[in-house]
Amino acid sequence: MNPANYLYLSALLFTIGAAGVLIRRNAIVVFMCVELMLNACNLAFVTFSRLHGNLDGQVIAFFTMVVAAAEVVVGLAIIVSIFRSRHSASVDDANLMKL
Amino acid sequence: MSASSVHSLWTTAAPVADKFPTPHIEYAQLSPVLIVFAAAALGVLVEAFLPRRSRYTAQVGVAAVGLAAAFAAIVALADKGYGTTKAHIAAMGAVAVDGPALFLQGTILLVGFVAIFTFAERRLDQRAHGNRVDSFAAQGSAVPGSDQEKAAVRAGFTSTEVFPLLMFAVGGMLVFPAANDLLTLFVALEVFSLPLYILCALARRNRLMSQEAAVKYFLLGAFSSAFLLFGIALLYGYAGTVSYSGISAVIDGTAPMNPALASTTGNDALLLIGLAMVTMGLLFKVGAVPFHMWTPDVYQGAPTPVTGFMASATKVAAFGALLRLLYVVLPGMRWDWRPVMWGVAIITMLAGAVIAVTQTDVKRLLAYSSIAHAGFILAGVIATTPDGISSVLFYLAAYSFVTLGAFAVVTLVRDAGGEATHLSRWAGLGRRSPLVAAVFAVFLLAFAGIPLTSGFAGKFAVFKAAAGGGAMPLVIVGVISSAIAAFFYIRVIVLMFFSEPKADGPTVAVPSVMTSTAIAVGVAVTLVLGLAPQYFLDLADKAGVFVR
Repeated sequence: MNPANYLYLSALLFTIGAAGVLIRRNAIVVFMCVELMLNACNLAFVTFSRLHGNLDGQVIAFFTMVVAAAEVVVGLAIIVSIFRSRHSASVDDANLMKL
Repeated sequence: MSASSVHSLWTTAAPVADKFPTPHIEYAQLSPVLIVFAAAALGVLVEAFLPRRSRYTAQVGVAAVGLAAAFAAIVALADKGYGTTKAHIAAMGAVAVDGPALFLQGTILLVGFVAIFTFAERRLDQRAHGNRVDSFAAQGSAVPGSDQEKAAVRAGFTSTEVFPLLMFAVGGMLVFPAANDLLTLFVALEVFSLPLYILCALARRNRLMSQEAAVKYFLLGAFSSAFLLFGIALLYGYAGTVSYSGISAVIDGTAPMNPALASTTGNDALLLIGLAMVTMGLLFKVGAVPFHMWTPDVYQGAPTPVTGFMASATKVAAFGALLRLLYVVLPGMRWDWRPVMWGVAIITMLAGAVIAVTQTDVKRLLAYSSIAHAGFILAGVIATTPDGISSVLFYLAAYSFVTLGAFAVVTLVRDAGGEATHLSRWAGLGRRSPLVAAVFAVFLLAFAGIPLTSGFAGKFAVFKAAAGGGAMPLVIVGVISSAIAAFFYIRVIVLMFFSEPKADGPTVAVPSVMTSTAIAVGVAVTLVLGLAPQYFLDLADKAGVFVR
């Protein structure tokens, strides 16, 4: 199979993720869309790694996973804390500082 | 790519590496970063094992000693010539040890050191149940206004975790401008961003606003770093490597060709989109328009000491990384990225200055002013001359101390609800406490770029470099937006000195020696860099060569 197809899939996943971040209102869902974007990046890395015949891309994919995990820890902590104080995780409700 | 070439790659790619070679790490040259991370890890252990009452002293001590030791290591490295003649690439190509890296790392360490003083300040807020408290929440996890929070305040809890978090952020920022491959760039970005997200959420007063700032910063930051990462993936796809020198060699066409590379380098879309996305990620951290939306909200909501640290140190680190990316990786793409950066710089300068005029909150005002300053610095970046590098280095050093000092002053003006940040509350401050108002006026004049302050020396250097690099229109826009910006800085000064103080106006808290030191350092650097900039301009000039 042509590896370019994997790249198209990765671009598609990235776009779905980016669109989700912009459209969805629940902070948790927004955050999951960001994770989808990171996974799309991983797919691109692994595909390019195969294309170029070196292992850099696969190693980077591991780094991305670790970073994504760390981001989950911090992100969920922040989102849960704001949910507990407002009883809502909607990003539209977070408007104390709107001009 | 043709089907047959793909097929052969598909089956013969990735030769089996029978063993990994041991990496060669130059520990001495990486010592500043290692010291800071060691101090951060030590801070985590302190948090885990020391009794609560002795944590504060221990944490402040560990952080201050760590930063001071790291700065000493930077000075030692620069003294040995790593900034100039012995500049080279360490850690298997991952980290550059050269002039700009050492200069910016030194600046970040000094900023971090001064920021510790503002973090550790415990005399501004009124005592809570007899305990002196700082600007940070008693217990970050407790719901604002809940019984749990009240119990935490009564028990005298404080978030001493902020010091290790600050240290981790500083560590990431040290690596960021020195990163010499895209993977290190990404990891360093996350290492300094994640602690900042948490720090934003930890304000003692206005906790809802603080949490909101953290959510906004986190979601937008994660979004932008995903863009950065996809850009890295595309550049890796284009060049088959993530090392800066490797990518630049592929762009210049000097890299040895192989079939896979021949098929991807023919595809300019990979390069251009990758370049655009990586730059986007960095411009977000810099706070340039149109990626600036987070700046005012986060600056306003975050605890003010954190805002001061974030506004100055993040900018230094991010501009360092942007400079290295544009000057080391993409000089061959100059004709593609310069027009775009022109546009970004112009709109950043104008939008920052114009929107700032309408602001009514001191912290938001300073946020928009920081956006305008990002535009001025971008003008120096665009110069693509050696002068461009050194002027940006100088501007960053000058700007970061002014910002740190200005936000430290903001922490002093308080009323019953905490800091009084609404501009109308600042009316007549000059009559009430002339010294604080005068100090703030010095910082505002430096922001405005009035002669005899560091702001003027920095702006002059940057605009001169931009003009020398053939960006005269940028300089004209820069001067116009400086004039607009000067209007609202002066307006605040007039408000402080020439209007009647209100009867129920805010009080100016008498700070301990900590915040006084931070503000004094800010004033001193502002005046020294303004009155006698030559030594530091020479230093920036000497440091202004990237190793490739």
